[in-house]
Formats: sequence, C-alpha cells, structure tokens
Amino acid sequence: MEKKQFNITFYLLVIPVLLWLVLLIVLPHIDLLISSFKADNDMGEKVFSFANYMAFFEDSIYWRTFINTALYAIGVTILAFVVTFPIAFYLTKVVSNKYASFLTLLLLIPLWVGELVTIYGWMIILGDHGIINEFLKYIGLIEKPIPLLYTDLSMTIGLLYMSMLFMIVPIMSTLESLDDSLIEAASDLGASKWDIFTKIIIPYSMPGITSGSIIVFMLVIGDYVAPNILGGKSSLWFTEQIYNEFLSTFNWNEGAAFGFLLLFLSSAIVWIALRLSGQKLERVGQ
Amino acid sequence: MIRSLPNSPLYKYSFRFYAILFFTFLVMPLIVVAVLAFNDSNFIALPWKGFTLDWFFANTDDRLGLFADEDLLQSIFISVKTAFFMALLSTVVGTIAALLFEEEQFRFKGLLYFLALSPLVIPGVILGISILLSSTIAGGYIEKNYGLDIELFRPSFWLVVLGQFSFGATYVMLLVGARLKKFDRTLEEAALSLKATRLQAIWYVTLPFLRPAIIGAFVVAFLISFSNFNTTIFLIGSDPTLPVELYSRVKFNSTPVLNAVSFVIVVFITIVAVTNLFFSRKK
Repeated sequence: MEKKQFNITFYLLVIPVLLWLVLLIVLPHIDLLISSFKADNDMGEKVFSFANYMAFFEDSIYWRTFINTALYAIGVTILAFVVTFPIAFYLTKVVSNKYASFLTLLLLIPLWVGELVTIYGWMIILGDHGIINEFLKYIGLIEKPIPLLYTDLSMTIGLLYMSMLFMIVPIMSTLESLDDSLIEAASDLGASKWDIFTKIIIPYSMPGITSGSIIVFMLVIGDYVAPNILGGKSSLWFTEQIYNEFLSTFNWNEGAAFGFLLLFLSSAIVWIALRLSGQKLERVGQ
Repeated sequence: MIRSLPNSPLYKYSFRFYAILFFTFLVMPLIVVAVLAFNDSNFIALPWKGFTLDWFFANTDDRLGLFADEDLLQSIFISVKTAFFMALLSTVVGTIAALLFEEEQFRFKGLLYFLALSPLVIPGVILGISILLSSTIAGGYIEKNYGLDIELFRPSFWLVVLGQFSFGATYVMLLVGARLKKFDRTLEEAALSLKATRLQAIWYVTLPFLRPAIIGAFVVAFLISFSNFNTTIFLIGSDPTLPVELYSRVKFNSTPVLNAVSFVIVVFITIVAVTNLFFSRKK
C-alpha cells in the first residue's frame, strides 16, 4: 500500500517535469543540431551537409565577429566585476544599515524595468542632442556635439549597464555571510587594507564572483538589444548574425549552425569557469 | 574598513564619492526617460521645451499619446496576458520540479536536474531559435501526415508563452527549492503517520509552508516574462509584446510616447519593489 502511493505521487511529479525538459529543452536542441547540418542541394532539396559550418569558417566576417563577440563578453564581464565589487562591499559592509536597504532596492529597479527601457534611456543620454552633449555645450566645453552614440563606447556602456546588476547581487549575497570578526581580527593583527581585500574578502566571495561572472558573460554574449541599438554600423556582434539569418534572410539552417556555435562557445567557457572555481552549476542560479 | 572599525575620513569619503558616481550612472537612464515623457517637444531629445501631458493623452496629427495609441496599448495588454500565463505555468511546473528534486530519489536524477538548470546558461536567443525550429518541424510533420494545421506550432501567442516558460520554470524551481531546503521534513512524516496520503501531506502541509516562496516566484516569473525580448522575438506571431513593439519603435519611429510608456513601467516597478521591501521588513 505504502509503496503504491509513493509511486502515484512520484509519477504526478515526474511527468510534468519530463514534458517540460524533453519537449522544450532536449528536442529543440536536437532539432537545432540536425538543422545545422542541412543545406539545399542543386535540386533545392534539404540534404546533409557541412555547408553551414564551412560558410562560417570560410567567410572571415563570421568568425571575426564570433571572436570579437567572445572577447567583448569577457571584457565586459571583467569590467562589471571591477565596477560593482566596491559597491557590493560598500552596501554589505561599510554604509550604515539604514541606507543599505534603500540603496539595495535602488539596484533592483533597473533590473526589473527591463533592458529596452534602460537602453532607450542611454540612447537619449548619449545622442547628439542628448544630455551629455547638451551639457558640454552649455558649459562651453564643445561647440559641435561629439559622437558618443553608435560607437564602441556606447555599446560597452549599454552592455555593462544591462548586465552589471547580475554581478552585484550574487557577490552581495556571499559577502553578507562573511563574518565581520574575520576582518576585525585581521585588522587588529595589523594587516593592511590591501591584504585584507586580497587575502580575505576576495577569496571568500569567490563563489559569488563566479556565479556573477557566468551570468554576466551569458547575458552579454547572447544580447542583441544593446549592440543593435547602441552599437555602430561596423560593430560586429554574433547574435546579430543569428537574428539576420532567422528574421531577414530566412536561412534558418545557417542560423542554426551559428546558434550551435554560440551555444558551444558559451557552454565551453562556462564549463571552464566552473572547473577552475570548483563550483556547481546549481549555485549559479542563486 | 567596515562599520565596526574606525575608518579614516579619506577612506569613507572616497567610498562615498564612488557610490554617488555609481548610483548616478544607475538611475540616470531611468530619470532621463521618465522626465522627457513630459517634454513639450516632438523629438526624444533636449532642449526642454516646457511641461506637457501630450505624450500621455494627446490624439492629434503629429502627437499620439500613450492612452490614444492603440498599437502600444494592445502590446501592453498582450504582454500582461503572456506574463500571466507564463508565470502560472512556470509556477506550477517549477514548484513540482522543486518537490521532485528535493523529495524523490530516482535513476537519472542528476541528469534531469542538470537539464532543469541548463536554461540558466543557454542564451535566450538559442532557446528562441531552437523552439522555433522544432515547433516548425513538428507542425510540418503533423500537417503532412494528418492534414491538420495547429496554431500552437506556428509563431503565436501560445508559442511565446511556452518559449518563455522553458526558462521561467527554472527560476521558480530555484526560488521554491531554496525554501523547501528549510522545510522540516518531520512535519510531513507526522502527517503520513496520521494516515494522510503522500499527496495529502504535500497539499496540506508542504505547500502551505512554501506559499510565500511560490507567490514570490510567480511575481519574479511575471516580471521576467514582461521584459523578455531575446526569446520572444523569434516566437511572436502577428501580435507583438511590449518589448518587441518598443524595440521596433526605438529602431524606426521614436517619439516621446516611448518615454511615456517607460515612465509608466518605471513607476510600476518602483511600486512593486517598495511594496516588496515593506512586506519583507514586516516579517
């Protein structure tokens, strides 16, 4: 009797989960892989072919874009860490508790407002008649607007802005569990601030840094809105190639191949990051 | 160094200075979009030409305010509808997944758990194109063999819901699972020893304990859906969601009505965030 009830519950739980994972995760990715190996032959029929991958390696614009995107994503991840780590430390350990909860709340608002609104905001700020140019003109520093929008700078600002809060939140949650007495003890024993930072605080927050870095990297490498709206005509962004294949030129098979390459690259880098830090994938989501 | 230690003024002020810079950087785009929603100008740029509510209410040849712009209102309505169904589906399946992985032991559990977490590290564009591909293949197969044309397999409202659900359930699973880890298993055992079936024990004992986390996860899933672009763009049919509509307008036809809708979103999110803070303080 006991045994049978256990089974009913188990199947009630496992069936929806299997449907979700098989129909929406596993099968689509198998289809993606199969489609990426299909191309039209001379008769216009779909046949097995390496043509989509060959196109990627033969046309230098594709693989240069690919490498450019990967390097950019790594760069923005490092930048996000450098910019947000002092703030994470400040909010968890330095500023009085009264302000900390208010400022933490402030962090979450751009996160939930969504990328389109904030990227649109940056477009207004950086434009030729935007806030920065009008201000510089007003104080008489410049006469003609300096081009800020549609440059690598504006694209970097956009990518940093949309991703950096995903770095700060996991770092803050590890720093919150760091016992202040460790820092007090080190300080009492005469350790310098630099030593305390590099030998206690950074090593302790490593799990948060890893989670944050993985999420930021994934968001940046898969982002479309920031490069497309804020980046220049010459900005090379790999997701834009995938969008074009699917939504403009309708070459889905080549798009599938590009998608698979992007998935491969991002999984490889995440795998390496998890390996180097000895962390589990499960922690990334927390 | 930290609150409990004496800090030099230089240390304190340089930290404070950096924090001011950072938070200015953080709120600047939000304030700029919100303020320019009230600018009496036809362009989304400075100079400031005076205060107006035109971008909310006007309905003239050269100005169409938010509440007169039917396409925009329609896209908000579609986004709310999408987010509601996505959050509902994600909450149900994500909670079930949390229960499954916390309470049951079975073969291939590790593999299944890995798959359930994988949407965290799959870029949204990949989920979008792969679900588009497989639904198109499935739709084509069914049409060829059974002569049926099923809307679900074409880019459509429900395909967007399913596409967003594919990663929404992961976030719900993690949020509910975190609370489930704090659950005192003896409560469920007590219910079982009092002759409750396992389903009754879950329904009457475990789920009430999880309720705050489930409600929180529903809200999170709703907000994730409401702002999603990367997956949605590949799966929409004829009815764009708000982010897709905003994107095409930012790209091709921007007027300050975009600021008006942004203003509404910023105010709405701020209210949700403050309410959330208020409730978590009360506890």
